[in-house]
Amino acid sequence: MKSALICFLITSFGWTLHAAEKSATIVVGSKIFTESYILSEIAAQTLTSVPMSDVRIVRKLGMGSTGILFESLRTGAIDVYPEYTGTIAEAILKNPSLKTHKEIGEALAAKGFVMSPPLGFNNTYAIGVTRKFAEANQLKTLSDLKRVASSIRLAFSYEFMGRTDGYQGLVRRYGLDFDKRRVRRLDHSLAYQAIENDEVDAIDVYTTDSKIKKLELKVLEDDLHYFPVYEAVWLASRSFVEKYPMQWRRLEALSYQFDADKMILLNSQVEVERRSFDSVASGYLGISANEETLFDRISRRTLEHVWLVGWALAFSIVIGIPLGIVSARRLRVGRAILVVSAVVQTVPSLALLGFLIPLLGIGAKPALAALCLYSLLPVVLNTSVAIRTIDSRHIENARAFGLSRLQILIYITLPLASPTILSGVKTATIVSIGTATLAALIGAGGYGAPILSGLSLNDPSMILQGAVPAAVMALGAYILFELIARALTPAGLRR
Amino acid sequence: MIGYGVMLNILNVTASFGGLAVLKDVSLEIARGETLALIGSSGSGKTTLLRITLGLVPFDSGEVRIGDQPLSSFRQSHWAERIGYVPQDGGLFPHLSGADNVALIARRRGWDRTRIENRMEELRLLVELDREVLSHFPSEMSGGQKQRVAIMRAALMDPSVMLLDEPMGSLDPLVRRTLQDELKRIFSRLGKTVLLVTHDLSEAVYFAERLALLHEGRIVQTGTYADLVSRPSEPFVQTFIRAHRALPSIGGET
Repeated sequence: MKSALICFLITSFGWTLHAAEKSATIVVGSKIFTESYILSEIAAQTLTSVPMSDVRIVRKLGMGSTGILFESLRTGAIDVYPEYTGTIAEAILKNPSLKTHKEIGEALAAKGFVMSPPLGFNNTYAIGVTRKFAEANQLKTLSDLKRVASSIRLAFSYEFMGRTDGYQGLVRRYGLDFDKRRVRRLDHSLAYQAIENDEVDAIDVYTTDSKIKKLELKVLEDDLHYFPVYEAVWLASRSFVEKYPMQWRRLEALSYQFDADKMILLNSQVEVERRSFDSVASGYLGISANEETLFDRISRRTLEHVWLVGWALAFSIVIGIPLGIVSARRLRVGRAILVVSAVVQTVPSLALLGFLIPLLGIGAKPALAALCLYSLLPVVLNTSVAIRTIDSRHIENARAFGLSRLQILIYITLPLASPTILSGVKTATIVSIGTATLAALIGAGGYGAPILSGLSLNDPSMILQGAVPAAVMALGAYILFELIARALTPAGLRR
Repeated sequence: MIGYGVMLNILNVTASFGGLAVLKDVSLEIARGETLALIGSSGSGKTTLLRITLGLVPFDSGEVRIGDQPLSSFRQSHWAERIGYVPQDGGLFPHLSGADNVALIARRRGWDRTRIENRMEELRLLVELDREVLSHFPSEMSGGQKQRVAIMRAALMDPSVMLLDEPMGSLDPLVRRTLQDELKRIFSRLGKTVLLVTHDLSEAVYFAERLALLHEGRIVQTGTYADLVSRPSEPFVQTFIRAHRALPSIGGET
């Protein structure tokens, strides 16, 4: 009867996940930086506005870097996301010799993917010069730098200095002979600080960086076409394009609708004006902004978070308590169970999520699996210890009264062990609430989403939108469990 | 030997654990309504005999009968109707109230509420326990109260035999004196066949008509206290009796 119940719970658990994925949905993914968030939001809103369709649009924003996004596209966990041609050639097709849009598109088609025409802007390296310096020296192109090579003060990021298609190639291609003493290496974010404080005249930038607008930098034209081209495109799976041709055409219609200035503006609306991704996207699309209030947003994330923690907890109770019982009864099996769950516990959460993606894809499933595995140990351990430390005379007396093994378990063992088991469940809950913030890394939402966005935008207030509710939830869970413990602990065992 | 009047019959029981003989050909008869005390020092095998009688441990050969049926023929779920067990110090389950301890088995056997309540009230009057004590948890009861609740629990299913393990176990001497008298009254009112296991000779003599002295896995002598004192079967009996100084004189309460 016990095992039937467990089977039922596991099955219904799996089925809920399954059912959630079966209805007609289009999943839009994004990488973990502002521009990618904005473009994905624009794609999602565009798809939502397709008339006469009851397809549900699911956003999985801020999932990670190219590897995770492309793997998700390949496995069908997402249907479409914004990508850059240079990245496709280098990181996905691993063939940097593919240059033209046509070549890249054909190579992708051979693998079962579809790339849209360019969105209209190129997000690559460039050199940004202060307007004052540019005007004073009449700088327009990179070739113009030759005239000021000996006097210009430069700060470049470590990555730019290190890359083959960065600094070294640049000076060779344009024949620039900079004064070495005036070239500094700085962290990218500090480079902006340095140019703002007028300590340097030029820095390396990304062409759609919002700071370009904020600091009014002049981006020098790459007149010799030295920097690789990173044109933004939509990257989709062929099955999606074939299944939803109307939706795909809507996305294709956005091609050539952007340019670098427009993208800089959108980026700065988020990073400088601190507007939300969806309001910037809907502002761009001219849709009346149906902006979530802070309260709505936190409520939604709370639901997502509770959903994750709740299922993980249900699982750890339904699986963990029986496992704990078994491990208390059979010493060798018990030791094996404890060792395995302890090993799982020591695997860093990020690594565990990484392992689970190839098995379960992205989104809620691997996140739940990881949370379940983490919350298992405290429950198994406490159950096992609680049962083993029960005074054996009680069990023997119960046998002498003629109670069956199952009756002893239900009426004697578990009630006597309940305070310790409950404290294991409490530990599991609090650990899950913390760990669940990492679920946002693989697109499962929750309080981790604002934390990750906040980190990528360097916006402490956004980080707090996730961190504070998570802390409050953990505290609430603690108090709740104290109350539950008081209500559930058999009165004779209270101290 | 197996007459009409024998209620608990232990026949040639031999038991060993890990090759070590613990009980050697032990036989014991207790008549219906009789109280017999099994005495012996620790390591004598009395705990093993108790656990065998409770069906908790297997034994090598021999037989235990209740009435004229072997122990092995009883279903475990009907156990409490054959043997009512009062563990050392009462052995109440700490997570259950007095009433829940008493009703535990009857509920599992599907007795209805009124039947349980009626039987419990009957026993409560018999053991002279205040009604409110039944709503207390064991941690809130005195030693004597625990003992009475434990007796109620053992007697609830109206078993043929009652088995008591060190009933005065760890009580302090003053409590012991009063409780002893009360327990004796309770037993006579219950009218059960009682096997009492103890290491305390004075306790055994106080409660039981007959004593069985167990030593190194053998019953060395069975008989009244007077028998043991005046006609010891072997030197150990004298040694054992002499070890207990503060005893009532022969011909006192038996």
